[in-house]
Amino acid sequence: MATKTGIPAAPGTEKPAAALSKEEILRYSRHLIMPEVGMEGQLKLKQAKVLAIGTGGLGAPLGLYLAAAGVGRIGLVDFDLVDFTNLQRQILFSTSDVGRPKIEAATDRLRSLNPEIQIDHFETRLTSENALDIMKEYDIVVDGTDNFPTRYLVNDACVLLGKPNVYGSIFRFEGQASIFGAPGGPCYRCLYPEPPPPGLVPSCAEGGVLGVLPGIVGAIQAAETLKLIIGKGEHLIGRLLLFDALAMRFRELKLRKNPDCPVCGAHPTVTKLIDYAEFCGIRGEEAPAPQATVPEITPRDLKSRLDRGDDLFILDVREPHEYQICNLGGHLIPLGDLSRRVSELDSSREIVAHCRSGKRSAEAVEFLRQAGFRKIWNLKGGILAWSDEVDPSVPKY
Amino acid sequence: MAVKVIIPTPLRAYAGKQESVELQAATVGEALSALTSRFGELKKHLYADDGRLRSFVNVYVNDEDIRYLQKDQTRVREGDTISIVPSIAGGS
Repeated sequence: MATKTGIPAAPGTEKPAAALSKEEILRYSRHLIMPEVGMEGQLKLKQAKVLAIGTGGLGAPLGLYLAAAGVGRIGLVDFDLVDFTNLQRQILFSTSDVGRPKIEAATDRLRSLNPEIQIDHFETRLTSENALDIMKEYDIVVDGTDNFPTRYLVNDACVLLGKPNVYGSIFRFEGQASIFGAPGGPCYRCLYPEPPPPGLVPSCAEGGVLGVLPGIVGAIQAAETLKLIIGKGEHLIGRLLLFDALAMRFRELKLRKNPDCPVCGAHPTVTKLIDYAEFCGIRGEEAPAPQATVPEITPRDLKSRLDRGDDLFILDVREPHEYQICNLGGHLIPLGDLSRRVSELDSSREIVAHCRSGKRSAEAVEFLRQAGFRKIWNLKGGILAWSDEVDPSVPKY
Repeated sequence: MAVKVIIPTPLRAYAGKQESVELQAATVGEALSALTSRFGELKKHLYADDGRLRSFVNVYVNDEDIRYLQKDQTRVREGDTISIVPSIAGGS
């Protein structure tokens, strides 16, 4: 009851001021006994509406901490299904959730953590068509996405709606965090006016990520979100926080608002949401393979030729640590070393190059063809396809 | 001037897997050109075909963005740290 908290309804308001129940007071007692949060801050948290875009590596710790802290309304946006490779870092999900929609598993998990709060779920990909509608209900947007088009979309939509965007981004051992789109503060485009061309910057799926890294960066995003809500402390507005988990070092860079920014500058040229796939040079869902088509052989054809006893030289262009995971007994020359180790190859023999998915080995085949190799093929789909089509005992990674 | 250039994770593969490189330079431009002449592959990741720094790569001297200093001409002092900070998008 409101009387317990001593906070009366403001005169003239239709809704009574939020109040904490006895159960909530107990639940949030470690907040309530700190003057920086206290009853005032906890009620702000209860009335706050935060939208988390993505429930993966960053969204998982973020969602858990926001729910635990008592943020009254949390919106979740995701369209993906939980898979086994997520479990190494996406701590919202359990092994039993594999195959379920992330949004469903995340909602269940957050509701069981804190039944006092409202969870809104949007099982959809965020697009230029739906972003403003979804985001307009919320006070703060937290960007836990995993690709450039969606990051620029979230940024532009936040600037257009005047909502702060709590940003976090990760790669291998390294993370970045900041707050964009706050009044007077810079936006993501002030920092990076344009995205990299497709294929130049590897994703986590290609480059890997230390499992705990999104935990740390997502928790930083959660801390910044809570501080924005309670209005305390120094925020990451105008500051870019860099974190290197390998060196275990934080650094901070100054981030300035670009007066010529196309979105948040004095004379914006982007005044509505655009086609972000096109902006990022991408057509279709994923970045297309940059290389031209090279001669290919399917796993099944390779298997039947090997069974026939044909003299084929198998070239593995992955890294040594990948060779340790699984291999086809090929000769290992990592793609990056190929140019200086080309003398190890005999151009008179038939060569089949492979990697994990067929992307790096296509580059290798292209390079070797330019170097004069004629009897060379790329194993279509790489070791992943070999596992699917020929030998399921070869693990996929 | 001896300066330290910090290489970000995504570009380390093109810089001999090093986290940082010590160089002699008087300006940021000199430092980056010394760096790319030592590591040729780095060049296409830092510069576009027209020779300008790519727009998803920012360069800082200590904690200041060179776009708001004198860009390539920004002078460096003994012991300064130059950071190359490319955009990364991972999150899942």
